[in-house]
Amino acid sequence: MSVKIVLPTALARHTDGQKAFDSDAKDLPGLIAEFDTKFPALSQNVKDENGKLRRFINVYVNDEDIRFLGGDAHQFEDGDEVMLIPSIAGGHCGQRRWLTLPYDESIL
Amino acid sequence: MGSTVYELRCNECGKSFGNRPLSACDECLAPLEVQYDLESVRGRFTRETVAAGPMNIWRYKELLPIPEGFLPDLPVGFTPLLRAKNLGKKVGADNLYIKNDAVCFPTLSFKDRVVSVALANAQAFGFKTVGCSSTGNLANSVAAQAARLGIRACILVPSDLEPAKILNTLVYGARLVRIDGNYDHVNRLCTLIADEYNWGFVNVNLRPYYAEGSKTIGYEIAEQLGWKLPDNVVVPMAGGSMIRKIRKAFRELVALGLVEHKDVRFFGAQATGCSPISHSVKQGWDYIEPQRPNTIARSLAIGNPADGPLASKMIQETGGWAEDVSDVEIVSGIQELAECEGVFTETAGGVTTAVTARLYSQGRISRDQVTVSIISGNGLKTTDALEGQYPAERAVKPKLAAFDEYIREVDASLVSELELAGGVQ
Repeated sequence: MSVKIVLPTALARHTDGQKAFDSDAKDLPGLIAEFDTKFPALSQNVKDENGKLRRFINVYVNDEDIRFLGGDAHQFEDGDEVMLIPSIAGGHCGQRRWLTLPYDESIL
Repeated sequence: MGSTVYELRCNECGKSFGNRPLSACDECLAPLEVQYDLESVRGRFTRETVAAGPMNIWRYKELLPIPEGFLPDLPVGFTPLLRAKNLGKKVGADNLYIKNDAVCFPTLSFKDRVVSVALANAQAFGFKTVGCSSTGNLANSVAAQAARLGIRACILVPSDLEPAKILNTLVYGARLVRIDGNYDHVNRLCTLIADEYNWGFVNVNLRPYYAEGSKTIGYEIAEQLGWKLPDNVVVPMAGGSMIRKIRKAFRELVALGLVEHKDVRFFGAQATGCSPISHSVKQGWDYIEPQRPNTIARSLAIGNPADGPLASKMIQETGGWAEDVSDVEIVSGIQELAECEGVFTETAGGVTTAVTARLYSQGRISRDQVTVSIISGNGLKTTDALEGQYPAERAVKPKLAAFDEYIREVDASLVSELELAGGVQ
């Protein structure tokens, strides 16, 4: 069994630029465990201090939010497309800075 | 005159990002927010400098993320704050006000505020095309304001959007793409497009700047109340951004000494058919469970609201509450507001009005407190919600006797013998 994992650009920097790859994971906890071994940097980026997926990441299985499907308990099926997207996604960190501002954190 | 110092910062981990078209932190993936160095504004943002400014949102430009050299063009905002005496009598309120963004310029919803700030930044970032995912009002505003600025617009909406909102987007010459799905599907698609295309999506990669525009509602309320904060604010919730930004505005005014501190309570309003944030507040959660929207209030039909968790948490912190109302109550809310105050709002305003009434009846808001209910959009855009409410009456012959007979038949209370100057026989 194999599912296709799709990542946004913001996360692909932890997978050597790969935005899509195949996985043998059977469910979401299995997928995160697979990140631990295959892509430790990605794993660190998407997990919170309790080892759970950060709450700012939404997971979609074939365009359906995994929370509608049972969340962690949902079993992937062969050929599923599993997409991870930050809840407020968008933008490129590498884009030029158009304005450089003096900034002093202590006064906020 | 100096300029305001601001930049993007992560709400969760505090990482700074300067200014760029970016909405989420690359470390913890949390939403980014514009943070100001308020000391850079102090002395330049006073009651006097505001009063000397134009009668629109740009009077508050020192507290908006506006790029250097930007010359405000459209007179957006500064909508009326109405004392709602008649509605107040009905719901048991002595100090109820309506913030009427149903007449916001140029496209009759509060979205004009956020879009004007977003597009100022889109221009500075050099985007040639802007876009958005929209439940309608945002589409109208992006299309209109992009046309005026000479920027191309590509707008994505759910395919079942109200015809008036589709027409009100197309008329400005924007490219409109109807997506076979609900708003949450549209929004997710936009995040994927923003990842691939070099477009400025006002509510995706420009979101931190865009959202700041909502603060102007808060500044205006305070100024229109005579530089005082209200006791309570009732705010419609879709993505959950506006309610937080109004609080941010109040806090900035306090920090800069324009108003006295007050613990304002924030109340959120949703339709029961799409109520992830009000459900979260009622459960005491700091997260939301997404819902599949099913309500006539399509401008609030966001089942997976981006700022929902933060909005829920904030409402609870302020000692406020959130309520949700049925589609029948939404229509009644539209009618009550129109009949009592002469303000015709869209379904979202029906939600806010019905929720406001419920909050008084529950005793969560007491009658003497100064309370502002926010009306975010115009009823002319959602006339289909009132379909069947006002069936056409038969036509009357152009004769006085025929009219007299007719009016006595349909509404005798309109006719009092004493009021008839000529005494119709």
